[in-house]
Amino acid sequence: MVSIMIKKLINFVKEYDSKDDREPRSKKLFGLAALYNTPNEIITAAADVAGKGYEKFDVYTPYPMHGMDDAMGMKSSKVGYVSFALGLTGMCLALLMIWWMSSVNYQNIIGGKPFFSLPPAIPITFEGTVLLTGIATVFGMLILFNQLPKINSPLNDTDFMKRVSSDKFGVVIKADDEKFSDSEVRKLFLSGGAFEIQEIYYRETNLGIKTPIFDGKFISIIFATAILTAIITYITLNIVLYDVVPFDWMWKQAKINSQSKSDFFPNKAGMREPVNGTVARGFLPYEYKGMPDSSVKLLSNPLAVSRKVLERGQERFNIYCSPCHGYFGEGDGRMKDQFPKPPSLHNQKVLNWSDGNIYHVITNGQNVMPSYAEQVSVDDRWAIIHYIRTLQRSKNASDEDLTKAK
Amino acid sequence: MDYKKKPLPPVVGKAGFGLLGIGLVLMILAFAVNTQRAFFDYLWMYMFLVSIGVGSLALVALEYLVGATWSTPFRRISEFLASIIPVLAILVIPLFFGMHDLFHWTHPETLQNDPLLQSKASYLNVNFFIVRVAIIFVIWLAFYFLFIRNSQKQDVTKDPALTRQSIKLSAIFAILFIVTISVTAIDWMMSLEYHWYSTMFGVYYFAGTLYVSFAVAAFFAVKLNENGYLSERLSNNHYYSFGAFMFAFNIFWAYIAFSQYMLIWYADIPEETFWIIMRMKGSWAYFSIGLVFVHFIIPFLILLPRSSKVRPGLLTKMAVWFVLAHFYDLYWLIMPTYFKDGFVFGWSELGFMMFAIGLIITVFRIRAAKTNLVPVGDPKLESGLNFHLN
Ligand code: HEC
Repeated sequence: MVSIMIKKLINFVKEYDSKDDREPRSKKLFGLAALYNTPNEIITAAADVAGKGYEKFDVYTPYPMHGMDDAMGMKSSKVGYVSFALGLTGMCLALLMIWWMSSVNYQNIIGGKPFFSLPPAIPITFEGTVLLTGIATVFGMLILFNQLPKINSPLNDTDFMKRVSSDKFGVVIKADDEKFSDSEVRKLFLSGGAFEIQEIYYRETNLGIKTPIFDGKFISIIFATAILTAIITYITLNIVLYDVVPFDWMWKQAKINSQSKSDFFPNKAGMREPVNGTVARGFLPYEYKGMPDSSVKLLSNPLAVSRKVLERGQERFNIYCSPCHGYFGEGDGRMKDQFPKPPSLHNQKVLNWSDGNIYHVITNGQNVMPSYAEQVSVDDRWAIIHYIRTLQRSKNASDEDLTKAK
Repeated sequence: MDYKKKPLPPVVGKAGFGLLGIGLVLMILAFAVNTQRAFFDYLWMYMFLVSIGVGSLALVALEYLVGATWSTPFRRISEFLASIIPVLAILVIPLFFGMHDLFHWTHPETLQNDPLLQSKASYLNVNFFIVRVAIIFVIWLAFYFLFIRNSQKQDVTKDPALTRQSIKLSAIFAILFIVTISVTAIDWMMSLEYHWYSTMFGVYYFAGTLYVSFAVAAFFAVKLNENGYLSERLSNNHYYSFGAFMFAFNIFWAYIAFSQYMLIWYADIPEETFWIIMRMKGSWAYFSIGLVFVHFIIPFLILLPRSSKVRPGLLTKMAVWFVLAHFYDLYWLIMPTYFKDGFVFGWSELGFMMFAIGLIITVFRIRAAKTNLVPVGDPKLESGLNFHLN
């Protein structure tokens, strides 16, 4: 089946190739084309054409030729400006993006660094610059030189095009050039050693449709290609290559993972159990677990207030509580809009609470707020509570407090 | 090839000699006034000359290695500049007497009290240091003489076999160059702060060497050709690759310098950050920020347009700029160890700079007096002259 399809395809391409002109040509002249045999001839021919003052002409060679720009009298290209402008834009956009993401939209402390700092933003900025510069250069070139929305040149499918894309060199002077005159142009071509001169006419479609880029067939081919590429990529990555692991991200390690089986121990469990009747240090079971907070009033803070305790409390609070509750406990943390907003810790309820109630919330959790017993040690919890009390007092400081502080 | 050898105008010799002389006097004064500072200045000057001498030899090798033709008409310039290497072999000797002043790790009492240094001592000890320097000089000198001999012989014999031989040599030198230049950078500059280490330090210095070598070659190439010493067939377009390579190595330097900085910044380990912090103290902070602009951003913007890579006047100015920027860069690498509170630039530093520049001009002039300025026998010369930009 496949071989038949391939054969058909090859035949189609061959047939397509052998037809010189699949579409009828109009009577309107596009230009005169001349063919030359050698690179030297084409360079002098280009210089002659430019020297005679023609402006709408172009040269076609099978490979890039050094010295051609000079011979054609081409000015330096404007694409550079497009690239530069968009490069700068890319730079600014990338910087703006990184700044906005890391210090406005999703504040997260990483490695103790400020929310936004320049060094880690530079690689992205560089990439943003290069990306837009690259895109700008390609599109600038397509639009400025290849006159993009137009995709169908009258030169396509001509004998001339076939020759200059294999082994000959050619010049085309367009009929809409101000100085164009049939006899003059022919004379010029022949004097430069052209061995063949062809008349190129517009195709009917060239005259009719101005921008064939919006042609239904063209667009559907683009879409079909995109869909096909997407499907092939999906199949390759998710089905064909699914089991190929280039790098296992340290999933596989020699150590025994928690919850996994191990033949080393008689009970085949990888995890060890504590010795019967013992409790790990700092892990005394919490006696009010799961109970309503009304039952825990009696617990009191075992830590004495000291500068050290408060600083520890502040540090732990800023790490574990401030993402939701905010640095001052006002409920305006960095997780806002991503997690239900907690109430202010300065509300009457918490002000009236005993330390034991707050301890209960940290240890047990409350509604959507999860338990922090795993992350925050018992002593740290009490230190945090002292710190919360300090925050509360700072919001309602009396005159006496202020004079004392002096 | 229509090359006719013309002697350089006497003003070149006078300028070179003048700078050399004034520089020498200032250097001697500097040693008399403050020996330690003078040794740091001397090291600074020495590293600059290594950049140009060895970097230029690398350019010669690079041309052979990749089969470049655009640079063939200008290759003699890099060959002349590489002649600094034999001079360096003499200039390095005084530094051995300054090792106590320069390198803290040479002090026996430091070694005794510093376990970190003890663990590095099998590499970082005076004897091995001197052996390394000696081996490196043997390599540089050997390749220098081989390349120069082949190239000069070819002027007479026009034998393409010499080019083939140089290609083989350059393949070996390419590897040895990278190793020797990295070791040089680590030994002479990184070990000034022997606690500090950066695995990118070698490539940082390497980027600087080619940065300045291309610039100096461009300076001489443009000046000589504009005044008719090379060939009538060389036009502005032939300068394009100089501009392009200066631009490229400017970006390469920035890339390496930034990568080194960012990794230190991110990891935030005291053994690494203290080196940066030294360069942030007092007026060094302005100096460090200045480095970014002087070395990278300003020349980047100036050399960005294609047209500025072919304008002779601009290119020579930028070449001078690059030379000063490389001085600036090396100053930043070396001097904070001596000037701890802020940078200082006085007559003594100026004297060493004048000596270095005078030496480069003088060496160039002496070599240019006897040898053709264009490698007339090189088989690639013709296609180098035929270079077309578009
Ligand atoms: C993931 C976000 C989040 C974090 C982190 C968090 N909380 Fe909460 N917290 C909440 C929410 C939401 C509530 C409100 C729960 C409810 O609906 O009752 C709350 C409620 C509370 C209350 C009760 C307030 C009241 O008026 O009922 C206290 C006290 C409290 N949190 C303390 C802490 C402390 C101390 C920490 C740090 C160990 C902390 N929280 C960390 C989200 C969080």
